[in-house]
Amino acid sequence: MKRKVFAYPYIVWMALFIAVPMVFIFYYAFNVDGSFSFSKVWATLSDISKWRVLWVSIEIAAGTTVFCLLLGYPVAYILSNMRKSIAAFISVLFFVPMWMNFVLRTYAWQAILEYAIPNMLGWTDKTLTGSVWAVMMVLVYNFIPFMVMPLYNSLSKIDRSLIEASGDLGANGRMTFFKVVLPLSVPGIVSGITMVFIPAITAFTVPALIGNGNYNLYGNEIEMAFKQAAGSAGSADYSVGSTLAIILLICVFISTAVMNRFDKDHEEGGNLL
Amino acid sequence: MSKHLIDLVDIRKTYGEDDALKNINLYIRDGEFLTLLGPSGCGKTTMLRLIAGFTMPTEGKILIDGKDVSAVPPFKRRVNTVFQKYALFPHLNVYDNVAFGLKIQKLSPQEIDTRVNEMLELVNLKGYGKRWIDQLSGGQQQRVAIARALVNRPQVLLLDEPLGALDLKLRKGMQIELKKMQQRLGITFIFVTHDQEEALTMSDTIVVMNEGQIQQIGTPTDIYNEPKNVFVAKFIGESNILPGIMKKDLLINFMGRDFECVDSGFTKNEPVDVVVRPEDIDMVSDADENAHLHGKVKSVLFMGVHYEFLVECGSVTLTIHSTDYVAPGSDVGIIILPDAIHIMHKSVKPEELDFTTADELLEAEMDAELEDKDE
Repeated sequence: MKRKVFAYPYIVWMALFIAVPMVFIFYYAFNVDGSFSFSKVWATLSDISKWRVLWVSIEIAAGTTVFCLLLGYPVAYILSNMRKSIAAFISVLFFVPMWMNFVLRTYAWQAILEYAIPNMLGWTDKTLTGSVWAVMMVLVYNFIPFMVMPLYNSLSKIDRSLIEASGDLGANGRMTFFKVVLPLSVPGIVSGITMVFIPAITAFTVPALIGNGNYNLYGNEIEMAFKQAAGSAGSADYSVGSTLAIILLICVFISTAVMNRFDKDHEEGGNLL
Repeated sequence: MSKHLIDLVDIRKTYGEDDALKNINLYIRDGEFLTLLGPSGCGKTTMLRLIAGFTMPTEGKILIDGKDVSAVPPFKRRVNTVFQKYALFPHLNVYDNVAFGLKIQKLSPQEIDTRVNEMLELVNLKGYGKRWIDQLSGGQQQRVAIARALVNRPQVLLLDEPLGALDLKLRKGMQIELKKMQQRLGITFIFVTHDQEEALTMSDTIVVMNEGQIQQIGTPTDIYNEPKNVFVAKFIGESNILPGIMKKDLLINFMGRDFECVDSGFTKNEPVDVVVRPEDIDMVSDADENAHLHGKVKSVLFMGVHYEFLVECGSVTLTIHSTDYVAPGSDVGIIILPDAIHIMHKSVKPEELDFTTADELLEAEMDAELEDKDE
């Protein structure tokens, strides 16, 4: 029981950097002139433009997740059927870009889409940035390893003899895939979706750098709300930003809960994500 | 029983540089219980996988019902397998595991239901349909695996060491049940095991394998009583293997003495190997005038059903099984009757065999055991 001591530093860390900020967010959201009130929260909730941004964010995050899944599944499937040593080498190649900073990579894409490709094609008045597809492409680029890895893990854990058993019982390759491989990779699909959808819904660097301001997502909205408040004269009013942050947090909780429900057949082991 | 259901013709299977199977010729009759028996790495599982269609032969062909199926994928063969670790689908319950093959055949739900329930009853798992695989014991999983394979009414059921993971008592029970099931259904069973006792109990025909080659094919009694070579004699049960000289038909000289025997057809004065099973040697009192040999009991080991004696006769130590106790150190007389003596050609000497690692180990183990007894 003495070992509990080793958890204290982390508990302190969590308290300082997770619990306390959360308290601040709730305080700023519900504090009106020193007393508790719903009035400002209500004002933000009634702003229809904020909901529109949330919807676009969900759409883009969902689109990103779908593309990651469609592109990532075949990759993971092929990797899982390769010899372990080769698969390990190729997954390292997948992860090499991840060793670089996320923002740096996004800047690189900005340069490619804004100048490099248009210059190459000789365009003078057009760039590839600023479109929803550009934003989604860079999001997919950034998040796809987080889809491939859990998929690879669950696919490579599938016992080869199950696939042989399926063939033995009369299933051809396609039937075996849909009746055995796909159902058994559900845990991987679930954690892949969770690991892509949640960072994607809260993304704000990519839309800021690639979207040219045309595609403000919820993260950008929150950022702007705080910046405006800090920039305005007099006492800063963080109410709008805090309320938006709480709404986003609720979205994340809901999607996590939904994902965990899908994964309920595999209760053992306790998923952290 | 007489019809050939499966024919393996000149089968060779190589993995890289290694021959897993070489020059295999074997036919399997319709409705028989055939066991492929051998140490690990002898090629028995490879042979099963060839028949199932999971691997293709490098050379030769496989005929099922007279048709060449060498290139036919597993899902088109009327052959089903019970896998070593059962390979049950963890995402399906017992019912859906058993129904898997029938659903693929797109049978009507009523027929699927009837056949699955019938099969669950056959394997004594009535009422277990809704259970998940991980809620079953090893023995129950074993039954589900058998039901899942048999429900498809295969021509041949392949069983890859299916009883290996069960405890002794359960294994004995399942051996009898499997044999009964096979007799009732009349389906050809091809059973792979390294357990010689299991093979002797269950089989109509035993195929003893080593080094990717068939060593002997025969009924359990043939294999036990008339081993064709030293490998078979050592692998099936315990035996005393002694060098001898075939004086003439029905007369063999070993351990410095002539014995009457039942074998004939050897060249005059041919050097041979003599196999005598430990339970076929009779121990009598030292004074018995019928005794062929005399020796001294070196050690006694209680084995449950019988005692195992090591008896020193001159330079040779014989292993003898008997239910009657004799104290160590006693002088005894030994009688070896003609039908206890089995004679094999010295054609393949064990030291001339080109052993691969797995078999080398097993062989070394056997030799070590024999040496231990010699001491």
